[in-house]
Amino acid sequence: MLCETKRLSSLHQGDSAIIESFSDDRVKQQLLEMGCLPGEKVTIDRFAPLGCPMAIQVNGYTLGLRTEEAASILVKPLQ
Amino acid sequence: MKDGSQSAGTSDRALRVALAGNPNSGKSSVFNSLTGLHQKVANFPGVTVEKKTGQCTIYNSSTGVPTRFEVIDLPGTYSLYPKSPDERIPFEVLCDPHNPSHPDLVLLIADGTNLKRSLFLASQVVDLKLPCVLVLNMMDLVLASGTQIDVRDLERRIGVRVVPINARKEEGIEELKQVMVGATPVPEKDVLETTELAPKLIRGLRDLLKLRSDYSAMQIAQHRDSLGQFGFEKQLIEEAGQLIDSTGFNLEKLKSYETLERYKVIQEILRHVVTDPKTPRAPGISQRIDRLLMHRVWGYVFFLFILFLMFQAIFSIAEWPMNFIDETFAGLSELVREALPAGMLNDLVVDGILAGIGGIIIFIPQIALLFTFIAILEDSGYMARVSFLMDKLMRKFGLNGRSVIPLISGAACAVPAILSTRTIGSWKERLITIFVTPLMSCSARLPVYTLLVGLVVPQGSFAGIMSLQGLAMMALYLIGFLAAIGSAALMKYIVKARERAYFIMEIPVYRTPRWSNILYSILEKIRIFLFDAGKVIIAISIVLWFLSSRGPGSTFSRLEEQHDFLEASANTSHDSLAKLQSEMLATSYAGRIGHWLEPAIAPLGFDWKIGIALVTSFAAREVFVGTMTTIYSVGQSDEDALTVREKMRSETDPISGKPRYDSATGWSLMIFYAFAMQCMSTLAVVRRETGGWKWPTLQFLYLSALAYFSSLIVYQVLS
Repeated sequence: MLCETKRLSSLHQGDSAIIESFSDDRVKQQLLEMGCLPGEKVTIDRFAPLGCPMAIQVNGYTLGLRTEEAASILVKPLQ
Repeated sequence: MKDGSQSAGTSDRALRVALAGNPNSGKSSVFNSLTGLHQKVANFPGVTVEKKTGQCTIYNSSTGVPTRFEVIDLPGTYSLYPKSPDERIPFEVLCDPHNPSHPDLVLLIADGTNLKRSLFLASQVVDLKLPCVLVLNMMDLVLASGTQIDVRDLERRIGVRVVPINARKEEGIEELKQVMVGATPVPEKDVLETTELAPKLIRGLRDLLKLRSDYSAMQIAQHRDSLGQFGFEKQLIEEAGQLIDSTGFNLEKLKSYETLERYKVIQEILRHVVTDPKTPRAPGISQRIDRLLMHRVWGYVFFLFILFLMFQAIFSIAEWPMNFIDETFAGLSELVREALPAGMLNDLVVDGILAGIGGIIIFIPQIALLFTFIAILEDSGYMARVSFLMDKLMRKFGLNGRSVIPLISGAACAVPAILSTRTIGSWKERLITIFVTPLMSCSARLPVYTLLVGLVVPQGSFAGIMSLQGLAMMALYLIGFLAAIGSAALMKYIVKARERAYFIMEIPVYRTPRWSNILYSILEKIRIFLFDAGKVIIAISIVLWFLSSRGPGSTFSRLEEQHDFLEASANTSHDSLAKLQSEMLATSYAGRIGHWLEPAIAPLGFDWKIGIALVTSFAAREVFVGTMTTIYSVGQSDEDALTVREKMRSETDPISGKPRYDSATGWSLMIFYAFAMQCMSTLAVVRRETGGWKWPTLQFLYLSALAYFSSLIVYQVLS
C-alpha cells in the first residue's frame, strides 16, 4: 500500500520506499547517475551513530549520503 | 588508424589502451594483471591527478605476432559528466581527440554484480564511438549469487565485444589479452540516440570540430565554460562557444534527461540479458560485518583499535629491520673508510654519500608497513565505512567524512594525501582538509621521532604489553591529529563557503584485499620515496658535508692544518683530535649558520647543531636524521663507527655537562617537527591544488608559528 510523499531522510532504519522525484537540482544529477532513479526502490540500511549520514540500499548496492541530501529525495514509503 | 578502428599490427608506436570504470569495479586489478611490474605513476600534464600507466606486450596466440600496448588507468568515475577534478580526467581523455592520452582502445571495466550502474558509464563511452571492449569483472560473485548473464546477447545489444573475467583470480585475463590483439571495430550503433535531443547544436558542433560521434558533441557542449582546455584550435573554440550560446539549450536539463533515458535503455537491455534480475548482490555478509563495525560504540572502538595496532606495528615490528639497516651501514662505512685512501674523496663517500643513502634506506621498513595498513584498509572496503562513521564528527570541525582518508594517508605522506582530497566535492571542506593535512605526522617524521623517542623515552613497558616508546610515538601522532582538527575548527569560521557541501559515496561490499594490488602499491610508494625524495636527501647530504667540512676565513684553515698534522703523527691522543674536530665543525660554514641561528632557537632548547638540522630540514624534514648523521660523523673521530643515536646520546651540554638531549629538548624538538611545514613538495602540491601562492603561504606562516610557539612552551615547561 502506498502512502503520501515523504522525504527520504524522514524514514527509519529498515523502511523501504519508491523514489518519486528530487527537490534539489544540484545533487539530482549525481544521484541519478549513481542509480537513484524515479521508480527505484530504496531501503534504509542504517544511520551513522550521530544520526547522519545514512546508508541506503538502492540499485543493488549501498550508498552513503548526508541527511540533507536524502531530504532532497522525495519518496513514497512502502508498507 | 585511418578508419578509426584499432587493428593488430607491429607498428612502432605502442597502442594506447585506457581502462575506464566505476570506483571499486576492479580496474586496478585488471591494470596490474595486464602490466605487472611494468608500471609507473606520473601526473597528467598540467594537473596533479595521478596518471598510472604501464606497458605490456601481448603475443597473438594463433600467429605469434607481438603487439605492444601502453595501458592507462583512468580515475574511477560513475559518469562522463565530471563532479570533481579527478573525474574530469576520464572525460577529457576520452572526449577530446587532441588529448595527449586519447586512447586507441578502451577497456570498459564493469562490476558484474552491479551491471546497471556499470553500464551507464560504459554506454556513454560506447556512444563516443571509440573502439571498446566491455570487460565484465567479478564474474565469480555473479555466478555465486545465481544470476546469469547472457554474454552473447549483451554483446549484440550493446554493440561491442564482451569479455567476462574474474580479475582477482586472473581468470579470463588471457582471453581478454587475445581480444585486445584482435581488431576491435568502432561501435556502429548508439546505445542511446542523443542527436534528436538537440539536433542543431549536436550536428553543428560535430561538423565544426570534426568529432567522431554525435554524443561527443553533446558532451563537449556540456562544458561550455571550459572549452579553452580542449586541444582544438583557438578559432574553432570561439566558434563552438558562439554556436552553443546561440542555440540556447538548457544544458543542465539536457543532462538529466539523457541520464534518465540512458537508464531506461539499459534497463531494457538487462531485462533481456540478465535472468534473475532481482537485487544481484546478496548483501548478507557485509551487512552482518557492518552490524559490528558500524555499531555506535563498537564501530569507534574497532577503529581506534586498528589505529593502535598500526602504530604499535610500525614501531615494534619495523625496529628489527631498521636496526639491521643501521648497523649494516655503520659496518659499510667502516669498510669503505679503510678501503679507500684517506682524504677528501674518502670523507665525501663516507660522510656525505653513504650517510645520505643510509638515512634514506632506513625509512623503508616503516613506510612499507604504514602503506600496507592503509592499502589493506582501502582495498577491503573498510575505509569507506570510516568516512561514513566520521562524517558528522568531521563536519563539526569544518571537514568532511571523506577528509578521513586524506588525514589517515597524511600519516604516510602529505603529498598523495592532499591529492586524495580531490574526492571532496565542496571547496571549503576540501581547502580546510588540504590546510590541516600536513599536521598529520607523515612517514618522513617517523625517523625523527624514532631517533628522539629512542633518546628521551626509556625502554620498558606499560601494563606489561604496550611499549613505552610505542605509546610515546602514538602520543605524537595524536598530538598531530588534535592540532589538525583544532586548526580545522578555527578555519571553519574564517574560510567562506563557495557552495553547499555534500557527501555522497558508495559503500562497497567487504572484499578480501588483493595482495598483489597491495604489493604493487607499496613498491610504488617505496620507489617514489627512494628516487624522488632520495635525490633531494642525497644532494642535501653532499652540500651539507661540504658546508660542515669547509669553513670561511683563516680560523678554519689553521684548525685544519693542525688536525692534519696531529692525525699524521702517531702519538696523538684520541681526545685532543676529537676536540679539534668539533672546533672545526663549529667554525665551518654550517657551524656558522647554526651559531647565527642560535639566539632565535635557544629559548626552544636547541643548540647550533640542531640549528643546522633545522635549516637543512627546511626543504624536507626527513633530512634531519641525515644531517645529524653527517654532523656527528664529521665531528667524531674516524675510529668509532657508532650509530647516530649512540653519538647523540653521548653528546653533553658544554656548560652544564648534562646530556644534550634531555627530555625537555627532545620533546621540544619533536613538537617542532610535528607542527612545522618542512616540506617543499607539500607546498608545491598545495599551490597547484589551490591555484595560487595565497594558501601555501598562509599555511607555511601558520604552521611555522604554531611550531615555534608550541616548542617554546614545551621547553619552558619541561626544563
